[in-house]
Amino acid sequence: MSQGIDVVGLYVRDQDEALAFYVDKLGFSVHTDVRNGDYRWLTVQHPEQPSFQLGLFSPGPPTVDEGTAQTLREIVAKGAMPPLVLVVDDCRAAYERMDAGGVEFTQEPIEGFGSVDASFRDPSGNGWKLIQSRE
Amino acid sequence: MGRMSQDPELLRRLLRAKDRMDAASHEAWPVQRLARVSRVSEAHFARSFKQAFGLPPHRYLLTRRIERATALLRDTDLAITDIAFRTGWGSLGSFGRTFRDVTGESPGAMRMRERAAGHEPRTVPPCYLSAARRPDLTIAVLEKRRQPGRGIKGPEKTTEVL
Repeated sequence: MSQGIDVVGLYVRDQDEALAFYVDKLGFSVHTDVRNGDYRWLTVQHPEQPSFQLGLFSPGPPTVDEGTAQTLREIVAKGAMPPLVLVVDDCRAAYERMDAGGVEFTQEPIEGFGSVDASFRDPSGNGWKLIQSRE
Repeated sequence: MGRMSQDPELLRRLLRAKDRMDAASHEAWPVQRLARVSRVSEAHFARSFKQAFGLPPHRYLLTRRIERATALLRDTDLAITDIAFRTGWGSLGSFGRTFRDVTGESPGAMRMRERAAGHEPRTVPPCYLSAARRPDLTIAVLEKRRQPGRGIKGPEKTTEVL
C-alpha cells in the first residue's frame, strides 16, 4: 500500500508516561522517537499494523500557544477527545491480560450486538473501546 | 460568562468518578462516594464536577439511567418494573414519573413507539449511538416539569414559546 493514512495523533499529558503505557501495557512498539529542541515527535505502532502509526503528542509551544495547550490538556483530562477503537480477537482474554497489567478499565467486557466489548483509558484520559472482531 | 480553567490533574480524577457512574449507573452515587473516587472534598467535588462536565453529578447520573432504561425498553422484553429496578430506581412510580418528566413520554409509550418505528439505524456503532441519544439535561428535572405545554399532546403545544 502506498497511499492511505500513515499517522494519527493523540494528545497526551506526558510523553514518557504515554510511551510506557502504549508499549509496556498495550504491547505497541516505538516507531519514531526524535527530538528537536523541546519538541518531541513520538509515534508507536500496533504489532500487527505496520502501515499505521499512532502519534503521542504533548500540546505546547511552539505548535500551540500556552493558553491553547492548557485548554487541550483539560479536554483530554475530562475524556472529551473523540472515540478510539482497538480490535482484538478475544476481548475477555485481552481484558484479563491488560487488567492484570494495571490498565484502567472503565467497563468490563459486555456481550451485546453480536460482539463483546470493554472500555479503558490511557493515563491522560483518552478513552478506548476494546472490541472483539466479528469472525 | 468566562470559562475558568481547571487543573488537568483534578479533571482526570473527576473523570474517574464520571466513569464509575457510567459503569454502574444503577448503583447509588451520593456525593460522598464520588468525592472519594476523585480524592477531593465533597464541597469541592460537586462544584468542580459541574464546572468540568456542565451539569451536577446527580443529574448526570439521571441521564445515564434514562439512557439505559430507554435501551432496555427498546431492545429487551423485560417488564417495565424490572427495568425500573435494574436501572436504579426505588419504585416503579418514581421511575415512571421521572422518565416522563425527562423524555416527555411514559416508559410504555416510548417502548411502543420505538417498536413501531422498527429497526435501529445501523450506521452508528451501538455504544456511541446510545450515548448520542442520552437526554441533554441542561436544566433540572423539576424545572422541566414546570415548563408549560411540555409533553401535552394537543393544540396547546403550538403555543409553547422557549
